[in-house]
Amino acid sequence: MNRPATGQSQAGKKPPNSMEMVRASLPKRYAREKRFQWYGRVAIGMALLFLSLLFISIVGNGYTAFQQTYVKLDVYFDPDRIDPSGDRAPDALSAGDYGGVVKQTLRNMFPEVRGRRDKRTLYGLVSTGADFKLREMVLADPSLIGETATLWVPADDDVDMLMKGHIDRSLPEEDRRLKDKQLAWIDRLVDEGRVEKRFNTTFFTAGDSREPELAGIWGAAVGSMFTLAVTLLLSFPLGVATAVYLEEFAPKNRWTDLIEVNINNLAAVPSIVFGLLGLAVFINFFGLPRSAPVVGGLVLTLMTLPTIIIASRAALKSVPPSIREAALGVGASKMQAIFHHILPLAMPGMLTGTIIGMAQALGETAPLLMIGMVAFIVDIPGGVTEPATVLPVQIYLWADSPERAFVERTSAAIMVLLAFLITMNALAVILRKRFERRW
Amino acid sequence: MMQAPYLALALLGLTSVGYYLGRRRAFSQASGKIQNLHSLPSYYGFYAALWAGIPALLLFAAWLFLEGAVITQVVLAGLPEELKSLPPDRLNLVLNDIRNLVGGNIVSGEVSPAIQAAADHYADVKAASRLGLTVFVLALALGGTAWAWREIRADKRARNAVEGTVTVFLIAASTIAIMTTVGIVLSVLFESIRFFEAVPITEFLFGLEWSPQMAIRADQVGSSGAFGAVPLFAGTLLISFIAMLVAVPIGLMSAIYLSEYAGKKFRAVAKPLLEILAGVPTVVYGFFAALTVAPMVRDTGATLGLSVASESALAAGLVMGIMIIPFVSSLSDDVMNAVPQAMRDGAYALGATQSETIKRVIFPAALPGIVGGILLAVSRAIGETMIVVMAAGLAANLTANPLEAVTTVTAQIVTLLVGDQEFDSPKTLAAFALGLVLFVVTLILNVIALHVVRKYREQYE
Repeated sequence: MNRPATGQSQAGKKPPNSMEMVRASLPKRYAREKRFQWYGRVAIGMALLFLSLLFISIVGNGYTAFQQTYVKLDVYFDPDRIDPSGDRAPDALSAGDYGGVVKQTLRNMFPEVRGRRDKRTLYGLVSTGADFKLREMVLADPSLIGETATLWVPADDDVDMLMKGHIDRSLPEEDRRLKDKQLAWIDRLVDEGRVEKRFNTTFFTAGDSREPELAGIWGAAVGSMFTLAVTLLLSFPLGVATAVYLEEFAPKNRWTDLIEVNINNLAAVPSIVFGLLGLAVFINFFGLPRSAPVVGGLVLTLMTLPTIIIASRAALKSVPPSIREAALGVGASKMQAIFHHILPLAMPGMLTGTIIGMAQALGETAPLLMIGMVAFIVDIPGGVTEPATVLPVQIYLWADSPERAFVERTSAAIMVLLAFLITMNALAVILRKRFERRW
Repeated sequence: MMQAPYLALALLGLTSVGYYLGRRRAFSQASGKIQNLHSLPSYYGFYAALWAGIPALLLFAAWLFLEGAVITQVVLAGLPEELKSLPPDRLNLVLNDIRNLVGGNIVSGEVSPAIQAAADHYADVKAASRLGLTVFVLALALGGTAWAWREIRADKRARNAVEGTVTVFLIAASTIAIMTTVGIVLSVLFESIRFFEAVPITEFLFGLEWSPQMAIRADQVGSSGAFGAVPLFAGTLLISFIAMLVAVPIGLMSAIYLSEYAGKKFRAVAKPLLEILAGVPTVVYGFFAALTVAPMVRDTGATLGLSVASESALAAGLVMGIMIIPFVSSLSDDVMNAVPQAMRDGAYALGATQSETIKRVIFPAALPGIVGGILLAVSRAIGETMIVVMAAGLAANLTANPLEAVTTVTAQIVTLLVGDQEFDSPKTLAAFALGLVLFVVTLILNVIALHVVRKYREQYE
């Protein structure tokens, strides 16, 4: 109150005490706090946005592949074309001109079509798979020859794309895969009720094909199964054995340190390097067959071993020492204590790790490209030494194909692959929840 | 003669018989009283089974391994003189013809009588070999069982013998990790050395031009390939850099939010969703990049008046960043959870807000671990293959412009090695040299990162 005038004049600028300072800074600090929280929310939001974008794009492109357009034809099984010799011998029947039968049917349906080029575009409406279908029918029942039957055959992939709305009719003719004439024919077929979309069983039962409407994932799925079977048979015992040795028996010395460092490093080596190893060692040095699931399985075994070993060691570590000591106390040998008591208790954790490793192996592509599992293989593989491909590689191959119809098939194959992966991971989670014991 | 799988099954059957016999033998030796035995009866069974199975199995494996080479030698020795004197590569063709004839495949050209005779010889030798294999393996299995049968007495220390064998198996399994590393190093190194004989290592590491076309004829256009890998290294670094620009901020901030702010319910939903990103196969990301992101980037660029290549580095880098987000977030989550609660409480007690605590206390304390995690993520980005194969270009441009197409080390390895290949051309060997660089770089990054992470963990333990 009776401060000097100089003091009074300074009162406005006087440094405030620390409480005031803090109070003055609070709004700013709280704002910063809010902002920081929002950064976090935005980050998670973006990650989830990417995730949903990924799934929307895959599902949006792929769900139509589960349906396929079929065309109804009234086929006359012309004896002159199918069985010119007339003796109904199976060899002659399977060599019959079924393509000619289909073409004749189409010509009968559109009698006004003249000229070689127009006819050829007409034949393009129906898939070449129709020929095979006719042959199968005749071989199964030769009495069909000479009869007329109504049957549904797969349409060509371009027709399929049109029916699914992936071909824009408003484009100028030269930019379209289907020409004006073809559009008119298709419209007529639709008006006559001869075009129908049905569930695409071919996609789940066929092997690869150059024709999208005949291509399926079954061949790749079987290849994946063989490859994973080899991987599982090798990597599970080896991984568990390594984990048991390192966790229970190994002396602490330089050698075991080296093994540990090695395993941790192998877990981070790029997968393509394992492919190079497979190519140089298994194929060129040991002379194992290229493109075979057995080589794929070996490479994936080496890749998944670190995952399994690390998980198994963690599982072994989580078993309390009292169990081991109790077993040793009643006279079990060290080996008996481990194999009779500790391993069974650690098994759920080990299995969880193995399933996760298998899921990784199922999605792996790059090393399998190196060992030649990218070949175009139509047949369903019948064993681990036969040429095969796997689901992710099939996806890669289809993704490279220019046809629009392969885009939706690629997406559909991805959906199948993801379904498998999600199932496996869910299994791992359930296993962990159900059997994990907290000591 | 027996097919290999059936022989393996027969062997399995014999081992089970061995187990049964060994057990019975032990009982009869102990005159039916278990307390007279040194070990539990099942150990005698295992003892006999091991004797039945292991020697036969070893012979089986060795036979299958050596069979091909031996048969080839025998058939070669039996060839007529004029075929034997052919140069090695022609001789290989002849051998292939013979093998194809035996396998019933299509043979190139006409089959001469000499080759037909050799093929018959080959088939005969192979049949004899298979017969020998069956006989010897089964005989060895029976012999092993008989030996064990003789050995088993009441005071035989069967448990010790069985446990010793199991220990050997455990040790052998644990060396596979080492053998894998050695195998990688040797396979990559040998081929690389052969490559560096054709192309000087300095040109490979410092050359600015990459066009690995080797002409079939010497007078073809562009007959001399260029193997300067700098554009590939630059492309790899560019794409990895873009990926880290996406992954590090998003991954780190999501980890902070999830571990420090998020409520239990939100965390329980968001964390598994983030982990789904980690479980998606890379080929799916590649397809996503090529089908959705690349056109999106190009169209956005076009509306902004920029010309963007349809296989731009930006698209590939963006998608790779998305792939790495969960990797960064889970690693930094671990690391930040390891910071002791006392440090947090200390900061709160001084009146710091939560974000100040995170920024000034937890983050600096966790920094070494986070850096280690980021290094691991970088090594992952460098080694990632499918995304760049599918979404980045193949043109080796030396540029820092993310809107142009670049190519990477991994994409080139795939292009060089997929499809028809002769194993001796510099073109295929170059892939191994690139693999060597890739392995060495990622190894160094991993060793540093693992070391940093481990050091950091010890600090707070």
